Amino acid sequence: MIDSKVLPTDYVTQPGRFRTSTGKTLKTDEMIINMGPQHPSTHGVLRLEIVVDGEIVVDVIPHIGYLHRCFEKHAEYMTNYQQVIPYADRMDYLASMNNDWAYALAVERLMKIEVPPRVEYIRVIMAELNRIASHLIAVGTFGIDMGAFTPFLWCFRDRERILDLFEMTCGARLLYNYIWVGGLSHDLPAKFVEKAKDFCQYFKPNIVELNSLLTYNEIFIKRTANVGVLPKDVAVNYACSGPMLRGSGISWDLRRADPYGVYDKFDWEVQIGEGEMGQVGDVWDRYIVKVREMEQSVKIIEQALAAIPEGNVQSAIPKRIRPEHGEIYVRTESPRGELGFYIISDGSTSPYRVKARSPAFVNLSVLPEIAQGCMIADLVAIVGSTDIVLGEVDR
Amino acid sequence: MSPQEIQDSLKTKFGDAVLESKLDAPQPWIKIAPNKAKSIGFFLRDEPSLQFDFMSCLSGVDYNDGNLGIVYHLYSMAHKHKIVLKASCTKDNPNIQSVSEVWGTANWHEREVFDMFGIYFDEHPDLRRILCPDDYPGFPLRKDFKVPEFYNGMKVPY
Repeated sequence: MIDSKVLPTDYVTQPGRFRTSTGKTLKTDEMIINMGPQHPSTHGVLRLEIVVDGEIVVDVIPHIGYLHRCFEKHAEYMTNYQQVIPYADRMDYLASMNNDWAYALAVERLMKIEVPPRVEYIRVIMAELNRIASHLIAVGTFGIDMGAFTPFLWCFRDRERILDLFEMTCGARLLYNYIWVGGLSHDLPAKFVEKAKDFCQYFKPNIVELNSLLTYNEIFIKRTANVGVLPKDVAVNYACSGPMLRGSGISWDLRRADPYGVYDKFDWEVQIGEGEMGQVGDVWDRYIVKVREMEQSVKIIEQALAAIPEGNVQSAIPKRIRPEHGEIYVRTESPRGELGFYIISDGSTSPYRVKARSPAFVNLSVLPEIAQGCMIADLVAIVGSTDIVLGEVDR
Repeated sequence: MSPQEIQDSLKTKFGDAVLESKLDAPQPWIKIAPNKAKSIGFFLRDEPSLQFDFMSCLSGVDYNDGNLGIVYHLYSMAHKHKIVLKASCTKDNPNIQSVSEVWGTANWHEREVFDMFGIYFDEHPDLRRILCPDDYPGFPLRKDFKVPEFYNGMKVPY
């Protein structure tokens, strides 16, 4: 018999004592399970509070903030706009080039700086290389989530080639600080163009190989088709972007819809999920969009490498960055979706306010909506397919 | 629709709730009354000629003159037009109506603004801190925020 003296009184007297952190009481058959913060399938330090009824997920409450490093506060405390770029690097550490570009572009639009064409071309090449590197990790780790280990190793092997190209260009392999406001930190080294072309030739057959190993694997399809379906209207209402939104069948890519850089000069296609293996917007669709985007990125890189003009990459870098009073919101397509920077300038040398709208944060917020009613094992598939980077979710 | 037409349709529907605007800015904005945010949001989303179905971003701002503000960046997938809405409140009475019923994405954005600026969103379904710990003292992105010397008995080293 339970001795009521040693237990807290409300355990005995109040029937609804067991609550989730949002305040919902549990039914008799339900229980709370914690997934994370240290859990291999959460792709970082994400904690999911799951209410389960047997194997069925009744509710998911994501808890984030474990990697919060006050990016926005740091940005306000810098003495110079350029100093923010290394911090932007560290937001989405798998796609640092894209982060740098988004921030630099916002400041450039605020100051109305025109960058030389050579810089624009190199930025496109770097951003697309980084997109491939980021998608390779997304695809590889997603394979691990589904129990396929080999594709992960193959993806990392190919990503290594891209990191070698970056190392050759700016010395860093992960956090580049390469794209600056108005220009770049270094020009391309000798033989970069040939090596990048070699990479494209090397990489194209590897996508075919990856498809035969993972994409059309029957077990993989059984685990991913018809799971975690994200309908179009929910995706738009939750402002999902990137492969998450395109997987739901909406042809929406900021490189086309709100063009920046020189993307409008290249011939490539926006990839969308079409429900080949199940319903439109399921986990498989979100996966295949990433694989096909890698092919498109290779296409863009090849065209950019062929047309890259000569010029000085540092000629437009301003000596002093002091934008006038004003504000701007600039959005770019990072591998995860719409990466936006909202910058307010008060006319001084450091930003008054920088807000980073990170795609992973927004894409994760739809998780409770689509995960209800799935199995616990499917939840792993859904989290894997949203392709979150917790450094960016928490900033 | 041009920003001028958007403002006109808002004015005919809501009248006094449209406080001020700056339509010649690079990104034109309209300032609305904080206690009308939700009905204006529903109107902007559902009116066939406007259809602002995609909320890109929701940011909090501390204007450092006793006022806090919210900036909504809205976009329409159907009509490809965009508009910036602003609303503000005082630090003494930091209440703004929540729009998370209109755009689901606003739920987490508003939690982040609450966490960082201490703006209370009326009728928000789940207004908890999101990035900072639940027991964190103060609102870090306010301009008058000072890092506490001790947090839960631990010395803060910087």
